[in-house]
Amino acid sequence: MRITQGQFSFLPPLTDDQIKTQVKWALDHGWAVSVEYTDDPHPRNTYWEMYGHPMFDLRDPAGVMQEIVECRQAFPTHYIRVMAFDSSKGWETPRMSFIVNRPDNEPGFRLERQAVEGRSLRYTMTSYAVDRPEGDRY
Amino acid sequence: MSTAQPYVDENGVDTQDERRITLECDGVRHVLDKVNRELVGLAPVKARIGQIAALLMVDRARRELGLTTEPPTLHMSFTGNPGTGKTTMALRMAEILHELSYVRSSHVISVTRDDLVGQYIGHTAPKTKEVIKRAMGGVLFIDEAYYLYRPENERDYGQEAIEILLQAMESDRDDLVVIVAGYKDRMERFFQSNPGLHSRIAHHLEFPNYSADELLTVGDLLLEEQGYHFTEAGRKAFADYLERRMQQPHFSNARSVRNALDRFRLRQAMRLVEQGGSLSAEELTAIDAQEVLASTVFSKESESLPHLPSR
Repeated sequence: MRITQGQFSFLPPLTDDQIKTQVKWALDHGWAVSVEYTDDPHPRNTYWEMYGHPMFDLRDPAGVMQEIVECRQAFPTHYIRVMAFDSSKGWETPRMSFIVNRPDNEPGFRLERQAVEGRSLRYTMTSYAVDRPEGDRY
Repeated sequence: MSTAQPYVDENGVDTQDERRITLECDGVRHVLDKVNRELVGLAPVKARIGQIAALLMVDRARRELGLTTEPPTLHMSFTGNPGTGKTTMALRMAEILHELSYVRSSHVISVTRDDLVGQYIGHTAPKTKEVIKRAMGGVLFIDEAYYLYRPENERDYGQEAIEILLQAMESDRDDLVVIVAGYKDRMERFFQSNPGLHSRIAHHLEFPNYSADELLTVGDLLLEEQGYHFTEAGRKAFADYLERRMQQPHFSNARSVRNALDRFRLRQAMRLVEQGGSLSAEELTAIDAQEVLASTVFSKESESLPHLPSR
């Protein structure tokens, strides 16, 4: 099951040129771009690990691309996303976030039903991948 | 081209290739004109910049016809005394390279040793890489680059920064143009101890000192920019001032001229305030001989006065 988080996730995977164009757009707006990775695809897992520092004062996407390539080499089967943070007053939040790398095989999620008092049920979602410990999930 | 027997001469060049291309040089010519207008003197540098621009234009045309594949090495070194226009030329160079689309934007990141070299082990590499990332797509200008290498301290992290730079200069040639600048003699020693750097830099430009006449023109231009001008006597006195100032230590060409003009303006303002009464526009804009002659350069004991190095 292909997970869909952030922008463009219903589209086919972005090519490097397309990523470059998106990053350029973020840089032209003065947003700080950063690269993050994780192997826990749960939608509520919002805080991913940072790969390097957020890159401030960049003018050209080449530096970001270098970082993405390095991160892909280090974590070839992790989810990797690119974030663009807008620090201007009133926003102070990520303005863009899209996945640039994902594992080949995404096993998806299972629905767990927990029977609690009075015949009611509690539903929760668990990724099959997180059954294994961090680092060997994909 | 599609004939069964292609016409190829002994060098492997297709003599029947009839494709033609026009050199596009309007944008570049515009920048070169600007260089000519803004920077006084520097004839050898301007000639060299013109040559480089011509080479790049031809190279681009060749590339469009599929005759070259290797991108040219564009890293440069600017050597010369302080105040000879190295930084200004680097800005213009970025514009020229941008016009010819050898860099994607015309921004110049100007750094010195502090921005590249860290303070403790493991600090230098990320710092240098961050600067390189910031400069990508444009020009990285390293002022006083010889400070990067400190042979007297073998634990110095400068060497590490140089190695990372070398790597970036080689592998990111499409994304980054590096210009190193500094005083001539120190840069030569710097290159001697870093032959790898020397060989990766294609263009070594030497900035000559300004002559007294050129400095006088620089002075006129700078005053004009600020809405002032010399009186007849003032200009004569300034020529005299330059003669003397050039003999003194720590003379830094155009920068010294600019500092001197700032002092003249201070003295002129003081004179006008003391004079009081109503002032004409002419009085407000004229720098007279007395402002120039009040300089310590003209006093006999000027030798004994401590001169602060004005870089």
